[in-house]
Amino acid sequence: MANSAFLKSSLAKKYWMALTGLFLCLFLIGHLLGNLQLLSTEKYGAALRFNQYAHFMTTNPAVKVLSWLTYISILFHAIDGFWLTVQNRKARPVGYVKNSPSANTTWASRNMALLGSLILLFIVTHMASFWGRMHFDKNMPLYKVEIEAMGQKQSFYQLVNGQFVPVEQVAMSLVEAREKHMPKYIHNKTELFDTNAKIQIGELYKDLYKITVDFFKQPTYGLLYVILYVISMAVLAFHLSHGLASSFQSIGMSHPKYSPFIDKFGLVFSIVVSVLFAILPVYIYFVL
Amino acid sequence: MATKYININLKVWRQKDAKAKGQMESYKLDKVSTDSSFLEMLDQLNEQLVNERKEPVAFDHDCREGICGMCSLYINGRAHGPDRFITTCQLHMRSFKDGETIFIEPWRSKAFPVIKDLVVDRSSFDRIQQAGGFVSVNTSGNTIDANATPINKADADRAFEAAACIGCGACVASCKNGSAMLFVGAKVSQYALLPQGKVEAHDRVLNMVRQMDEEGFGNCTNTGACEIECPKGISLENIARMNREYLKASLS
Repeated sequence: MANSAFLKSSLAKKYWMALTGLFLCLFLIGHLLGNLQLLSTEKYGAALRFNQYAHFMTTNPAVKVLSWLTYISILFHAIDGFWLTVQNRKARPVGYVKNSPSANTTWASRNMALLGSLILLFIVTHMASFWGRMHFDKNMPLYKVEIEAMGQKQSFYQLVNGQFVPVEQVAMSLVEAREKHMPKYIHNKTELFDTNAKIQIGELYKDLYKITVDFFKQPTYGLLYVILYVISMAVLAFHLSHGLASSFQSIGMSHPKYSPFIDKFGLVFSIVVSVLFAILPVYIYFVL
Repeated sequence: MATKYININLKVWRQKDAKAKGQMESYKLDKVSTDSSFLEMLDQLNEQLVNERKEPVAFDHDCREGICGMCSLYINGRAHGPDRFITTCQLHMRSFKDGETIFIEPWRSKAFPVIKDLVVDRSSFDRIQQAGGFVSVNTSGNTIDANATPINKADADRAFEAAACIGCGACVASCKNGSAMLFVGAKVSQYALLPQGKVEAHDRVLNMVRQMDEEGFGNCTNTGACEIECPKGISLENIARMNREYLKASLS
């Protein structure tokens, strides 16, 4: 490392900004692929697939490592960005009386800090609405399906292993199971236990699908949330339209042969990803 | 093309010395030839001011043919004025309209403090150059002729394009972050591309970037303003090359 000050120098900050940003773009792809399960048109398909995705994302050990990397990247990207912005402001203590920045730069490239701050605000509220409930809500609903057989409707829990268990057989606690003589009960939010043997016989899905659909279908604020989410995705599109191609430049990847492709790819990526994300709340509100 | 004369309004930054608080002053200047350069227009303004027994406007200039890098000026919100690939001395009054108001300000950067009026101190660039912008050559009498070393034509061309930087500071002035990375990128590249420069490449990039940071220049956010405003058309590729060189040097 010699005398490079690998964390403090202006160039090192650029590398970290670029690497965390690129990693977060990969995260966006994963997140988007999961969310797109909401569009499934099979019967129960959207709910089951989306809950399977949520289950996978919260229990798989490899995903756990990736999710911690994601949290760290978001924090580092935000803190580094804030620090860079403070330094950059200091580099020009007296501003110009007349300035024409639109003559030589795009609006998005000049407003990355503003766009990034809005995205951070979005991430915090978005995580409180979904991630927080998925992880910490004690009253998180569990995934049920209504199956009609011989003219009768019956509710079943669908287990992670694919089995169906009638809802009326399952108590919410051991105490309730004993009182009401129910053969099964739920322990530790999602674990299905046998009342007599007191051993785990299955795993239930948390119903993040229901949380998501209910969130955007709230009678008073649903439409407002849909609009705010669509705006947030527009903000994301602007941020990525500069950020993605810019991060390749920052880590030194620039060449007359492939840079034009990277620039176009960055633009296409930012638009496609943001539009696909934005479609989902609109779809839930207007179609479901 | 027949010479035309225009009347213009000027708003010029006036500042007595480095410590004084400056402000914009308005001047009216009549009968400016559209064939005169921007600096000749300022000469005309100063003549008028001297005749009025007022202090002339101080501004930097030297060769007046776009090669020395002395002239600067932030004109109507852009470094070296509205046209591309020219310095202020190559800007002509035919680029302005009759009756137009023209704003003239010095480069604004913490690392380029104003000395007087429109003159800024760009010695921070000199110190960056001194930190590593050179090759060490043995001059004991058996110096090898540079032309004796075979160099790929494409590399030679790119090194030459980078070396076209005249160090005027337009990149810093037009960057919203006051970053000097186009300048340093060009100076790193002009050596990094040539075999003579490879020997000291490692220390050069580390030292020049360290000096750049110490001078108080901002951080690059790849907005690309510098490349557009650079009178010599120095490409952003040079910044990417500096980023590569620095990464290589930091990790070895």
